[in-house]
Amino acid sequence: MYSYEKTGILSKKDLKLPSKKQLEKGVAIIECVQEIPCNPCVDSCPVNAISMKDVNAPPIADYDKCIGCGKCIGICPGLAIFLTKIKDNKALITLQYEFLPIPEVETKVKALDREGNVVGKAIVKKVVKEGKTMVIAIEASADLAMDIRNIRVDS
Amino acid sequence: MRVNGIPNVRTCIAPLKNDIKVEIQGKYANLPDAKFKENPVKTIDIDILVVGAGPAGMCASIEAANQGAKVLLVDENPCVGGQLIKQTHKFFGSKHEKAGTRGIQIAKDLENELKELEKKGEVTVLLDSTVIGYYEGKGKKYKFGVLKRYGYEGILHEIDCKSVIFAVGAMENMLLFPGNDLPGVYGAGAVQTLMNVYGVKPGDKVIMVGAGNVGLIVSYQLLQAGIQVDRVVEAVPIIGGYHVHAAKLRRCGVPIYTSYSIKEVYGDGKVEGAVVVKLDKNWQPVKGSEEKVDCDTICLAVGLTPSTRLLSQVGVEMEFVPEAGGFVALHNNSMQTTVKGVYVAGDSSGIEEASTAMIEGKIAGVSAALQLSYDKKAKTLKKQYIAELERLRDGPFGEKPRVAKNKIKKLLEKKHV
Repeated sequence: MYSYEKTGILSKKDLKLPSKKQLEKGVAIIECVQEIPCNPCVDSCPVNAISMKDVNAPPIADYDKCIGCGKCIGICPGLAIFLTKIKDNKALITLQYEFLPIPEVETKVKALDREGNVVGKAIVKKVVKEGKTMVIAIEASADLAMDIRNIRVDS
Repeated sequence: MRVNGIPNVRTCIAPLKNDIKVEIQGKYANLPDAKFKENPVKTIDIDILVVGAGPAGMCASIEAANQGAKVLLVDENPCVGGQLIKQTHKFFGSKHEKAGTRGIQIAKDLENELKELEKKGEVTVLLDSTVIGYYEGKGKKYKFGVLKRYGYEGILHEIDCKSVIFAVGAMENMLLFPGNDLPGVYGAGAVQTLMNVYGVKPGDKVIMVGAGNVGLIVSYQLLQAGIQVDRVVEAVPIIGGYHVHAAKLRRCGVPIYTSYSIKEVYGDGKVEGAVVVKLDKNWQPVKGSEEKVDCDTICLAVGLTPSTRLLSQVGVEMEFVPEAGGFVALHNNSMQTTVKGVYVAGDSSGIEEASTAMIEGKIAGVSAALQLSYDKKAKTLKKQYIAELERLRDGPFGEKPRVAKNKIKKLLEKKHV
């Protein structure tokens, strides 16, 4: 039994982590580890950086191929893909956000980890509406790049 | 029993009056000629009757009509879509199953397809209508009584069809604990209907019981509606739903307690709190682990039971298959039951989820049409859908339905060697 099956929280050990160089380029980190019948991320990738043995296999991201375009972020039904880029000691994380109010660009928001704990502050850098899905890019401290997975917007 | 000429009366609860005529009826009842609420009975003659306009029923209707069959789709709700209309989350699956599209949008897309077919006269949709029973038909046709409601009035329809597809869905399971009858104890589906269909907030602070996909998804939707979810409790030691759904909840700060259940719910006339308790390996409460939690809403997401009453009235062979969620109609690869021309699809054929329900609906629709000799590449399509269904069920999350369907297949073979 994996501990995430009991807790619902992935640890970094469960994930394929990108190298420093790959993070500087910006890559899509896929936090989808179970065999579930789902594959829209594979179809969304313009450079075939996401592969899957069959529709039930977990997706595997090729960080060398990934161009960090973010097309897979908004399509993922599990909200499980996080585009992560480190530049000038800042982390730029792009994620899906499905709550109201929708933050405006340059708003300060709370940065949450996989357990919903506030681990720092972030600034909203980009808000893109893809259908009814909000894809939001936030900027935070670089050391939190692999920890921040959600935001809280104070209304 | 028949009372004063009216069939299918539950005589045990019918009021006793002087001079009433109580008779034993045959296997199937005759639909009486009597006027219903002074309105004349309407008769509809059709190739295929589809009961239930959820994902399975809509897909079955579209598929059968595309083959050339004339279809009547009946649903008791004021709109088509079934449970899809409250599924605000994006669906999984692949392109074929509209992956990445929200359930509510899939309902709209299918509704539009139905509307096109309605314009062409291929499909008729009867909403606010309940199939009230199966009656003795003439010749090889099946006869169903359908009551269409117009406010408090209603018109009884007599449906004569060559084939029927039951896509009638399922009912939510209840859980036994003291206080489960207090207002504020809901099924998760009911909460979803209140929030996502009617825009009504079911409460302010919720305990969700059950960490399957329904429990996880509804918890997340409660958060989206601005309602606090105190925790999710799950009796099983592991989370039953997809990890990605659990992760969405966890990163919003909602804890999931596995090996926990609800011991009792208390409150004066309404839910004011619950006692949650840890369970040991043998599912017994661990003494001293009780915790009182203030809340005003308990949401039960503890599984579903297939709706099969119409199927059993028609007389198809039923068996209890635990993995399917209860009694189900035995059916083959074509979704045909043990009665020729009677099909089943979706949750009523065994509990699963909407993507597979849609494919089962397609298989039932194309098979029913093919049996009536409507054939526009029907065999190729059917093969393709069956393969798609197998592919979706291939993973570990498809194990339960896979076991259920295999059992159903074996039981069917055993009975019809």
